[in-house]
Amino acid sequence: MKKALALILAAIVALSFAACGAKPTTDDAATTAAPTQTAATENKVIRLSTTTSVNDSGLLPYLLPTFEAETGYKVEVQSAGTGAAIQKAKDGNADVILVHAKASEEEFIAEGYGTERLPFMYNYFVIVGPKDDPAAVNGSADAAAAFARIRESKSKFVSRGDESGTHKAELKIWGDNAPDAAKDDWYVSAGQGMGACLTMASEMQAYCLTDKATFLSMKDELNLDIVLAEGEDMKNTYSLIAVNPEKIDGLNTDGAKAFIDWMLGDEAGALIAKYGEAEYGAALFTLLDK
Amino acid sequence: MESFRQAFQLLFSLDRELLQIIGVTLRMSFFSTTISCLLGLPLGALIGTRSFKGKSFLKKLIHTLMGLPPVVAGLFVYVLFTHYGPFGSLNLLFTVKAMVVAQVLLITPLVVGLSSSFLEGTSRPVIDTARGLGLSKAGTVWLCLSEGRSALLSVVLSAFGRSIAEVGAVSIVGGNIQWKTRVMTTAIMLETNKGKFSFALALGMILLLIGFVVNALASFAGKEPADD
Repeated sequence: MKKALALILAAIVALSFAACGAKPTTDDAATTAAPTQTAATENKVIRLSTTTSVNDSGLLPYLLPTFEAETGYKVEVQSAGTGAAIQKAKDGNADVILVHAKASEEEFIAEGYGTERLPFMYNYFVIVGPKDDPAAVNGSADAAAAFARIRESKSKFVSRGDESGTHKAELKIWGDNAPDAAKDDWYVSAGQGMGACLTMASEMQAYCLTDKATFLSMKDELNLDIVLAEGEDMKNTYSLIAVNPEKIDGLNTDGAKAFIDWMLGDEAGALIAKYGEAEYGAALFTLLDK
Repeated sequence: MESFRQAFQLLFSLDRELLQIIGVTLRMSFFSTTISCLLGLPLGALIGTRSFKGKSFLKKLIHTLMGLPPVVAGLFVYVLFTHYGPFGSLNLLFTVKAMVVAQVLLITPLVVGLSSSFLEGTSRPVIDTARGLGLSKAGTVWLCLSEGRSALLSVVLSAFGRSIAEVGAVSIVGGNIQWKTRVMTTAIMLETNKGKFSFALALGMILLLIGFVVNALASFAGKEPADD
């Protein structure tokens, strides 16, 4: 009985190795065989490292099929917080990044990892909170004023706490008045993604700074409302940066350039400008003036 | 290499936040393991040493539950404790207590399954001895547990290992809140998401070290004099 079990186990292990080993080759065959024979010399895979807000809001799944059909490229999207998204590119695991944290982007370029920062679209962060708005945030002039009211009333506030673009934007709004999670127990540093933080804010009936797209896509599950939208200090700008081939080898530089050119072009612009109208009744992103 | 250096630096700098995270981790794992064993060992001993109606069905159920994915256990406890859930009024969501509940759900089947299959294989001669001594039923179960204590200690340590290494359930019901419910595994997840891979790895090494120390202490405490 034990012997038979051992044999079965061995067979399962062997099979799973075989399966894992076989998978990449079939994938390769599929991707290289699909377009043309030139694929053997020309790299058709673009590795895009981006933040969760761009991917989870549905923008990339909405844009990419058109880009891929027109150019024959295949875009592999890795989405994570801005910190990790940028680190992956520094480690040589991405050809192009699409992120929203100006200071980190400028550092990325200053260190030589990127060539040029190309801001191309923006949206607004919004402050969401309990429907009865206990801190009377509604009507504040801007996010800084709203945060001051939350701080004064010691209303619960859920922070991303994960060094993401949204977290950095939040810290910038707090400025010198940033609460200390160790002492201020109304300030909850969750260390999780936007979706998890919104769920937590809804459970705790707390305030939260979020990108509008993620909030709208989850609105039905949450017991929260937008209490402040479109303050001047709540602008959230997204940029594209191609990774520098002089710093990192093995990049698909042509692919990155093709992707950036297409994203900055009129066709993608028109698609971006109307994304969200059908589903949410308003566009989620606005193009920057060129 | 960078990670090794950071791990040592972190450990010896006695960072206040790190110590607090280690404290929460140990507190959670201690209670999860203790409660799971208090529930699981007697049940395991019962299944392992006696035969009764429905035993084979119960064993199948236990073995299925041993494969319960942590996220599912986490989700289940989340649904119970959510604000509008059946136990929402207890306000347990995003507390260490909720994390312990989720882990007990996850680990108890492991304790029952491992201890019962161990006792099934070894308890025959012990039961015969007990009969010879004229022990009661409870006395027999106790003798089986005490005769097999070194193997049962490894069951307890497996339970502890699963508890301290688990991330899916505790991040859902605990929420990874700084200074409150953040444990080693969710801290590692967070640093990974920040892109601080070598720091995350350093935390991983510290977690392994904690596991090693607990194992060493347990095997020291559980050592039988005859082993020397």
